[in-house]
Amino acid sequence: MSVERPKLTLGPLHFHWPAARRRDFYARIADEAPVDTVVLGEVVCSKRAPFFDSHIPEVAERLRRAGKEVVLGSLALVMQARERQGVMDLAASEDFLVEANDLTAVAACAGRPHAIGPLVAVYNPSTLELMARQGATRVCLPGELTADAIGALAGAAMATGTQLEVQAFGRLPLAISARCYHARAHGLHKDGCRYVCEKHPDGMDLDTLDGAPFLAVNGVQTLSGSYLDLLGDLHRLRSLGVDRFRLSPQDCDMVAVAETFHAVLDGTLPVTPARDRLRDLCPGRRFSNGFLRGVEGMAYRAAVI
Amino acid sequence: MTASPLSLVCPAGTPAALDAAVEAGADAVYCGFADATNARNFPGLNFSPVEMRAAVARTHKAGRSLYIAINTFPRAGEEAAWHRAVDNAAEAGADAVILADLGLLAYAQATHPSLRLHLSVQAAASTPEAIRYLAQTFGVQRVVLPRVLTLAEVTELTAAVAPVETEVFAFGGMCVMAEGRCQLSSYVTGQSPNTHGVCSPAGAVQFRREPGGDVTARLGNVTIDRHPAGAPAGYPTLCKGRFRANATTGYLFEEPTSLNAADHIPGLIKAGVRALKIEGRQRGRAYVARVVGEFRRAIDAAVAGGFTVPDLASEMEGGRATAGAYDRRWR
Repeated sequence: MSVERPKLTLGPLHFHWPAARRRDFYARIADEAPVDTVVLGEVVCSKRAPFFDSHIPEVAERLRRAGKEVVLGSLALVMQARERQGVMDLAASEDFLVEANDLTAVAACAGRPHAIGPLVAVYNPSTLELMARQGATRVCLPGELTADAIGALAGAAMATGTQLEVQAFGRLPLAISARCYHARAHGLHKDGCRYVCEKHPDGMDLDTLDGAPFLAVNGVQTLSGSYLDLLGDLHRLRSLGVDRFRLSPQDCDMVAVAETFHAVLDGTLPVTPARDRLRDLCPGRRFSNGFLRGVEGMAYRAAVI
Repeated sequence: MTASPLSLVCPAGTPAALDAAVEAGADAVYCGFADATNARNFPGLNFSPVEMRAAVARTHKAGRSLYIAINTFPRAGEEAAWHRAVDNAAEAGADAVILADLGLLAYAQATHPSLRLHLSVQAAASTPEAIRYLAQTFGVQRVVLPRVLTLAEVTELTAAVAPVETEVFAFGGMCVMAEGRCQLSSYVTGQSPNTHGVCSPAGAVQFRREPGGDVTARLGNVTIDRHPAGAPAGYPTLCKGRFRANATTGYLFEEPTSLNAADHIPGLIKAGVRALKIEGRQRGRAYVARVVGEFRRAIDAAVAGGFTVPDLASEMEGGRATAGAYDRRWR
């Protein structure tokens, strides 16, 4: 596995973008972005799914024609009968690899090839090996793991022939709830939410009482206020045995972001100018990489050599 | 003990709390070892393996059960500590272990096939499909349900997964995020509830007096809340703090409040839920005695057909309570 070129995955879009914008976004990804894999599907809130589900076949086809692998992500928090049915239908898909984002999907995908998403708790080699025995061919790890933990998991991934993926860019998905905080901040409930999450295509900023940026609310999901930036760690993670890097879509030029990561992985762009470029592409955003270093996730520390 | 259809499962962070829970009428008590293998890894709390053996003996002598929570996720490269905890639990004679990690469930099943397995709330199994899979794969006999479900959903789920038993939280501190899937505290402090067993750890909390007289509560480098000096202020748990968004300031996730589902006891009995869980291994014996006693009386009265809602206002955070996700409007 580790002799292959590392692959780039465009993770699922977490935000509630209008359908037309999503189609344009994926069309441009298909035509221009140097990513190998694209994860489609609504993973955050089942209420949003009807807006884009009918476009997925066409978008997937376009991505495939452009040579991209298409993976379908499952809902992160499954509670209602129709959500359960949605997971069952997804898991029965003959045409696509499915990425399981909760234990309902893990159960439904057991016994056939599938991927495990970063919202499933895979913290140690025993669990990863178990997932591999149940048919997982690819595991994207939770964002809070340290480099040491990733190294230990990479050993298990190699031993079981599982591809190991780590998020390298974008807001980190930190929590999921039955309660919609987007609705709550607008004096609404989830049932009558008026889809207020659509107002914030990059998440709703949540600041401290001192006005310091802290988190981003995206419906029932809470994300990091900062964008993860592992540009300076790609080669080290690669040497630890990480096969794939995930770029989480944000409201910025994701084609240029993908080009930047691709260029660093290819060795055609050094890390320092790549970092400068990433900051130019995301004006006003803060970056973090603390989890990898075993400190608070919101910290940004220079790469450890 | 009465043969109640609803088992009362109570917290014990110390031998004294355990005795108080048993005395107040707990059907079962749950404890943890004094390390990162359990989700209440606080200084001065929990049991050594020797203390745990004594606790099991005392609990059994009283005719009650003892469960051991080993409900964090083993850190990669340090799994031996979690395996040892499962071995120690089996050796101590625990009636069940409460586990969250799938790899650890596989270890327990392979190494101690007669050890009863309960699924922790930390595992986040919220559907019949997930629960049946865990029962079939690991022999899980009871599932502590995530605090994301309405009473109607709990009822439907309980019927769908039988004979696997369900256990639900009834009282105490309440995560508003799906448990076992929250990295907020880790993002701020570097210590993960999932692998270190502590959320918003005391070592990362600071209270700072401002020039104007207010007191600022900080977790790591993040301001969680601010109060006038002398005003009552709860522990600065991250998701119960005040923040700003959409031009409003307030408790954007949840107020400092406790879960209290006591008035749902008749509904939970009707739903066929097997056990009610009280949160609070970090609480003292007086709290445990009072809450357990009230719930014992309430359950027995409900079974006898004369239920009245217990008064537990004095034991609630900020004197406030919510039925949480059991009521659909909470969402």
